[in-house]
Amino acid sequence: MSGFDRFRTPLKNARGLGSAKDGVHHFVVQRATAVALFFLGLYFVGLAISLIGADYAAARAAVAHPFNAVLLIAFLVTSFWHAQLGLQVIIEDYVHAPILAITSQLAVRFVCVLATLASVLAVLRIALGA
Amino acid sequence: MVTSILHRATGVVLSVGSLLIAAALVALAAGPQAWACVTGLAGSWFGQLVLFGWVWAFAFHLLNGVRHLLQDAGWGYAIAQFIRNSWISVIGSFVLTALVWVLVMFRGGVL
Repeated sequence: MSGFDRFRTPLKNARGLGSAKDGVHHFVVQRATAVALFFLGLYFVGLAISLIGADYAAARAAVAHPFNAVLLIAFLVTSFWHAQLGLQVIIEDYVHAPILAITSQLAVRFVCVLATLASVLAVLRIALGA
Repeated sequence: MVTSILHRATGVVLSVGSLLIAAALVALAAGPQAWACVTGLAGSWFGQLVLFGWVWAFAFHLLNGVRHLLQDAGWGYAIAQFIRNSWISVIGSFVLTALVWVLVMFRGGVL
């Protein structure tokens, strides 16, 4: 921070950040993950359809392929990230009791992070042959 | 109006669906028995119903999401365009769902 900040009014500092204190970050990440999920979602549906009728070994082999493993992990991380951002907005709009709002926001974050970690670990275990 | 609340509703459905996808992958990593449980569930009438619902929710959220991104870019705000694009989302989601299910049937995936 430069010395000029001493002369800034609180209004100047708040401008561009808004009441959520992180500006347009949420908005931008929601859209960025949406663009990614357009492609990753279609890829996932294609992969799922290609696995119809596959036995256990074939399904594992498909997921273990580096191409699929990387895109699957990208799909999982982006999905749960996008889901958390979207559910956050829904809770902000419809849940008004402070304690219920905070606990549900925390619960959504915890579940999304845990599900991301568990599913990414599953793909890695399959890809690395564990 | 309807497309807005449907976008949120399908978003919630897809969030739950992502949990099921995560569970399926964990089962695939766990072993053949857990995986057999997943394929058994997916093949049941209830599982097929859930999968069909997921495909429609995915199709609608995908198409309506593109519509939202275009609107974020400032496109399609005239009332006539707005209504037309809403219908494209709704009707397109049924077309896309049918397309996916035709592909599924070609793979012999329906009971």
